[in-house]
Amino acid sequence: MPPANTPVTDPDELRRRTQALLAEHDPAVTEPLDFLRARYDAGLAWVHFPHGHGGLDAPRALQAVVDAELAAAGAPDNDPGRNGIGLGMAAPTILRYGTEEQKERFLRPLWTGEEVWCQLFSEPGAGSDLAALATRAVRDGDSWVVDGQKVWTSSAHNARWAILIARTDPDVPKHRGITYFVCDMTDPGVEVRPLRQITGEAEFNEVFLTGVRVPDAHRLGGVGEGWKVAQTTLNNERVAIGGRRMPRESGMIGKAAATWRERPELRTHGLHQRLLSGWVGAEVARLTGERLRQQLTAGHPGPEGAGTKLAFARLAQELSGLEVELLGEEGLSYDDWTLRRPETVDFTGREAGYRYLRAKGNSIEGGTSEVLRNIIAERVLGLPAEPRTDKDLPWKELAR
Amino acid sequence: MTDLLYSEIEEELRASVRALLSDRCPPESTLARCETGEPYDRGLWQTLARDLGAASLAVPEEAGGAGASVREAAVVLEELGRAAAPTPYLGSAVLATTALLALEGTDGDGGDGGEASKLLASLAAGERTAALAVPLSAMPGTGAFPLAVRADSAGTLTGTVTSVADAAAADLLIVPAEGRDGPGLYAVETTAAALAVVPRTSLDLTRPVADVTLTGTAARRLAGAEQAPAALERALLTGAGLLASEQLGIAEWCLTATVAYLKDRRQFGRQLGSFQALKHRLADLWLEVVGARAAARYAADTLATGDPDAPVAVAVAASHCGELAVRAAEECVQLHGGIGMTWEHPAHLYLKRAKADQIALGTPDRHRAALAALVDLPAPVG
Repeated sequence: MPPANTPVTDPDELRRRTQALLAEHDPAVTEPLDFLRARYDAGLAWVHFPHGHGGLDAPRALQAVVDAELAAAGAPDNDPGRNGIGLGMAAPTILRYGTEEQKERFLRPLWTGEEVWCQLFSEPGAGSDLAALATRAVRDGDSWVVDGQKVWTSSAHNARWAILIARTDPDVPKHRGITYFVCDMTDPGVEVRPLRQITGEAEFNEVFLTGVRVPDAHRLGGVGEGWKVAQTTLNNERVAIGGRRMPRESGMIGKAAATWRERPELRTHGLHQRLLSGWVGAEVARLTGERLRQQLTAGHPGPEGAGTKLAFARLAQELSGLEVELLGEEGLSYDDWTLRRPETVDFTGREAGYRYLRAKGNSIEGGTSEVLRNIIAERVLGLPAEPRTDKDLPWKELAR
Repeated sequence: MTDLLYSEIEEELRASVRALLSDRCPPESTLARCETGEPYDRGLWQTLARDLGAASLAVPEEAGGAGASVREAAVVLEELGRAAAPTPYLGSAVLATTALLALEGTDGDGGDGGEASKLLASLAAGERTAALAVPLSAMPGTGAFPLAVRADSAGTLTGTVTSVADAAAADLLIVPAEGRDGPGLYAVETTAAALAVVPRTSLDLTRPVADVTLTGTAARRLAGAEQAPAALERALLTGAGLLASEQLGIAEWCLTATVAYLKDRRQFGRQLGSFQALKHRLADLWLEVVGARAAARYAADTLATGDPDAPVAVAVAASHCGELAVRAAEECVQLHGGIGMTWEHPAHLYLKRAKADQIALGTPDRHRAALAALVDLPAPVG
């Protein structure tokens, strides 16, 4: 038996542990939540996390081994789509910057889905220029008092916790005066209002923070170091949005291709050309993603990931637009404008009109395509950075 | 699982080919050469084929080759594309070699499989250079065997094949011809009587095409109706798939050269590369290069492993990489401004190679049409 905290790197050992979990907690007769907690405690939740926090310090690629065994046994999953912010962004940030107490308190219910998370980053006056944010956090004894307005917050209406960045020092340049917190969404000073999108639904919210008290024990990272901490969150966001593994013809191309096959009477030569170009583009994007994953597995991550979301957004928009056009008269109708409050988002869900409208967000959320092109040009190609006249001025002196 | 990465051995091969090309094939010498009567660099080709063994990569050891695969040949093509190198690699080491490889050790089809094996070994060793006598624009997957050349009962060939790549550098032609008993593949020495190989004034200065006219020319039959069509198809499919790697190399050179120029060149008191309009164009180009690398690797790997997905992989790679190389070369010319339009600057070598490559072995548009059938996305009727 190896020492308790040794990284587990043997797939057979992971299989053995997974089978032991299944033997002790038969999914057929165990409450799903009890099973998920047991899975977490067995280190089989996210195997690349440390021992004691749902993982076994295993290589990330071995998660697939565990997932396959559990799926074959019909075990419940943690419905990751419901807590995408928590799993994809909050958790890696807490893991990297959190204290032991914070990891102990937050990670387990986050992973099991008992506690949903949201992200309080963007503001009406701070979108692409996130570091200009104006929400203030003022120290008051063992707490911070937070006032301000956040926007584009998905899951805020279901969330128990939020990751929050706020300005704690207005007298220094914008990147330096920010601190990162965990905010309790049940605090009476938190008001959540639906933000209706062009699709008709309200997947996002505006969040008004008025005198919200955040204990200093819920700070992640040092005072004034919030920007650095947020980079972990944002890098993971881009992976979460653009980095899923896809079989051929998944995503938007699958929808457009299916309509093309089912509806020969709608076909035109011009759309045929565009569909085939889109099919090639989708397949190239799929292979690019696959190659990126192979590079990561081999331990040689390249800069290729920087473009994944850019390519994804362009394809989603082209192909969803193509499908509405292909549908002709049917494309004149829309399934439902009712203000819905979805708990999860499915870019390829509902009907073609919805997909077309929702895809417009793909080039805005998680870094606009324009900002991503700047990042590629500067960090990958080494071209000169955009002029940043505000970067050395104290935040309070910036033009607003 | 398809391997989309480069192995250590492939990276070593790349390094030695790149070192050879940067030493022996700088753009100035290619430019100077392209208007002489010797557009091919025979010395370079000898070193590449004989000393580095680059012509033998896809040939099994027992057939006289290096026993690697077309994955490695694809890496060589990336580097040849990056250098716009004037060598007959595509015609000899890819097209002709693949056709012979498909015939290797297959006697009894009315052809001489032993002769094919012998020729294959001599190509692999770099002793001989061959070309496949089809128009460079021929594409795989059409199911049609070329009818330009007729074989008569005495085994001599008559007909004209236009726009044959690398024919002017070849001492051996592999000629598809239609005889009384159907299609066959024939070997013709370029020293034979009653054979004319007439170079065209070619768009691509570094891989010129030539018209081949046979008038009762002596030939040896390598394969008959059973094997010739499949061997030709294999050669064209492999050629189209590996050409994507050359196109990737072209695009990489164009992107790198353009980025370097935009960092260096100043106008309006700032580096050109600091203008966002130009940065975004290069970021988009980079993204397509990244995609091309994945698509070209997938095509090479499926061809190397005999994966049944190879026709789809080739059509995708040919479509994406064929468009990309042209776009990269066009961006290179445009973003270099006036200097990019001069004969003196090498950008035009890449533009001409890229544009010719777009037509070679099937245009992107034709490959997408082929894809329509392969992945069940049929064209409208009427």
